Amino acid sequence: MEIKSPTFKNNSAEALKDVNLQKALGKVRTGFIEKRAQAADALPEFEDLRDRARDIKDHVLDHLDLYLERYTEKVEAAGGHVHWAETAEDARNQIMEICRRLNARTVTKGKSMITEEIGLNEFFEQNGVTPVETDLGEYIIQLRGEHPSHIIAPAVHVTKDQVEEDFRRAHTQFDPKRNLDEPTTLLGEARAVLRQKYFDADVGITGANFLIAETGTSIIVTNEGNGDLTQTLPKAHIVVASIEKIVPTLEDVSQILRVLARSATGQDMSVYTTFSTGPKRDDDPDGPGEYHVILLDNGRSSMLGSDYQDMLRCIRCGACMNHCPVYHAVGGHAYGWVYPGPMGAVLTPSLIGVDQSGHLPNASTFCGRCEAVCPMRIPLPKMMRHWREREFERNLNSATARYGLGVWAYFAKRPSLYQFMTGLGMRTLGLLGRTKGRFKGLPLAGGWTKYRDLPAPEGKTFQQQWAERQKAKRKEAA
Amino acid sequence: MTATSRERILAKIRTSLGRNGEDETRRDTVAERLSAHHKGIIPKRGQLSGKDLIDLFCKMAEGVQASVARISSPDEVPAAVSDYLRSKNLSQQVRMGADARLAAMPWKDQPNLEVMQGRAEGSEEAGVSHAFAGIAETGTLVLTSGNDNPTTINFLPEHHIAVVNAADLSGDMEAVWAKVRGKYGEGTMPRTVNLVTGPSRSADIEQTLLLGAHGPRALHVIVVEEG
Ligand code: SF4
Repeated sequence: MEIKSPTFKNNSAEALKDVNLQKALGKVRTGFIEKRAQAADALPEFEDLRDRARDIKDHVLDHLDLYLERYTEKVEAAGGHVHWAETAEDARNQIMEICRRLNARTVTKGKSMITEEIGLNEFFEQNGVTPVETDLGEYIIQLRGEHPSHIIAPAVHVTKDQVEEDFRRAHTQFDPKRNLDEPTTLLGEARAVLRQKYFDADVGITGANFLIAETGTSIIVTNEGNGDLTQTLPKAHIVVASIEKIVPTLEDVSQILRVLARSATGQDMSVYTTFSTGPKRDDDPDGPGEYHVILLDNGRSSMLGSDYQDMLRCIRCGACMNHCPVYHAVGGHAYGWVYPGPMGAVLTPSLIGVDQSGHLPNASTFCGRCEAVCPMRIPLPKMMRHWREREFERNLNSATARYGLGVWAYFAKRPSLYQFMTGLGMRTLGLLGRTKGRFKGLPLAGGWTKYRDLPAPEGKTFQQQWAERQKAKRKEAA
Repeated sequence: MTATSRERILAKIRTSLGRNGEDETRRDTVAERLSAHHKGIIPKRGQLSGKDLIDLFCKMAEGVQASVARISSPDEVPAAVSDYLRSKNLSQQVRMGADARLAAMPWKDQPNLEVMQGRAEGSEEAGVSHAFAGIAETGTLVLTSGNDNPTTINFLPEHHIAVVNAADLSGDMEAVWAKVRGKYGEGTMPRTVNLVTGPSRSADIEQTLLLGAHGPRALHVIVVEEG
């Protein structure tokens, strides 16, 4: 995938002018946030489970080499194959080799950000293999020739009317006068079209939410059931997973699953959590004849022991972008590469280099919401700050940004003053904007408001609200 | 080639961590962790027994849009399946694996109901599986692959009917893993374990939740409370 992160500012300007996109983003602002809050509140142990999930991953990262060895041993014992890929190119070649050996023409794919990271679809097309995305959202954007704009809701930027247009253009086998007004009719049509593809495919490719060292098992978590059909029906199942997906035991993964779905979609559990261990067994009437795992490093091993190690705890739930005011304003494509939102702003420079993604760590208001909701307690703002500082030192930034950062750093190093100033700012802005709810322009922030309306703060800062909420919770518990 | 890329990645990890792969203390820590199966934090919600546990399972399953029938003997399963098909205006035909518990049920008492053996092919309106276990905390079914209950039955038919014994319900997922180890052995898993929580769905079109994406449009759970 072409890297467009360096033009984040221009991408954002375009995004803000895009009427369809702005309409679609409105739904992110409300739906995801409310659902997550309800699910988290309904589980009294949620905060403790977040701590536990963090600790499990920290432990794994500390012994990642040993857990990977054990995992590999168990996959092989179950009759599967593990392929170690240092780079995206290695991974693509290993996958292609398997497809060539099996004479694969059609490959079905479950939703996987990692295959986006390695640019697998483009590579397949160049090599005469047809990739078919089977997740509804991924299918829609494949028809549109686009990339996902969200890690769990890839087509969140597309409106229903646009989907209808795409289906009419692509599904010429159906009556052009058919009624596609209802979303459920669109879903039914996609279901019918894709059903046959699962059977036609020679190879099915999925990602993995987790890899279990204890048993050599890969896990996918989905709601549609497309991943399961993708991996069950073809001759071979290829799992593409990065090295940090490891967890020690079945119990450990159960702990993390409790925070994953709640943080992502507000479900207690996603519909299908599937544990796969090796290929079809002797007494199996179904299942893939071959089971391969591509273990991808692609820069992650050098994040260990660095300022960015904590990022490797990420379980790709999407909560940080769902709660991010910058993401709400510009959507995922503006970030210019595979991973959008706060997690993308930290991960992208780690994987493709800060020189390729310089503006991303600036795609933040430092409001702290991402860290407050991250189930793995990843200190995202702190890491964005690290990248900013590095960028500052490298002098890649413009003079105004350097000046702004200097002022900001002064306050950031003095937390009480920072809180006071942001509180003061909120009150002042609140008074100024009370009448309209949004600002068209603000003194000293022209660079921001030139491209977007700044919502007028209503009431309290996020930090204040968070503190009060915690206090209320403690009272309830007492 | 593969061996060397493996060595190189492991070496990079060790260098970054500043750790040694031969370090006995580390190896012991990992071995201990893998065999101890620490449970961690178990939510209180599912920690019930008897009727309360069954009630919670049914409530949570219905909360995720599954339908539930509670019966008191395995002998009543065929009639319950037939009733369900009738209520949904489906043909009296189901796909089923070789599960001994299912095979022992009086299917012959339902003369109109045709039972097709084997894996699902994709044209079936309904499939029946016997679940390995159920998790009350979330209303989740646990299904294991094999000739008894082929995985395709969980995903291809339009309607998935799953039978679960009340005696196989646990409060939490962690308790299920102890049972899996008991049946399949330490560190060994069936090819597939499917945790199924409600029928398939998608919210990919404008965040509107729709049931019946690629998997079954409907999930019907039959809980057998005795026997
Ligand atoms: S950084 Fe945290 S909130 Fe964001 S996707 Fe990763 S785990 Fe979820």
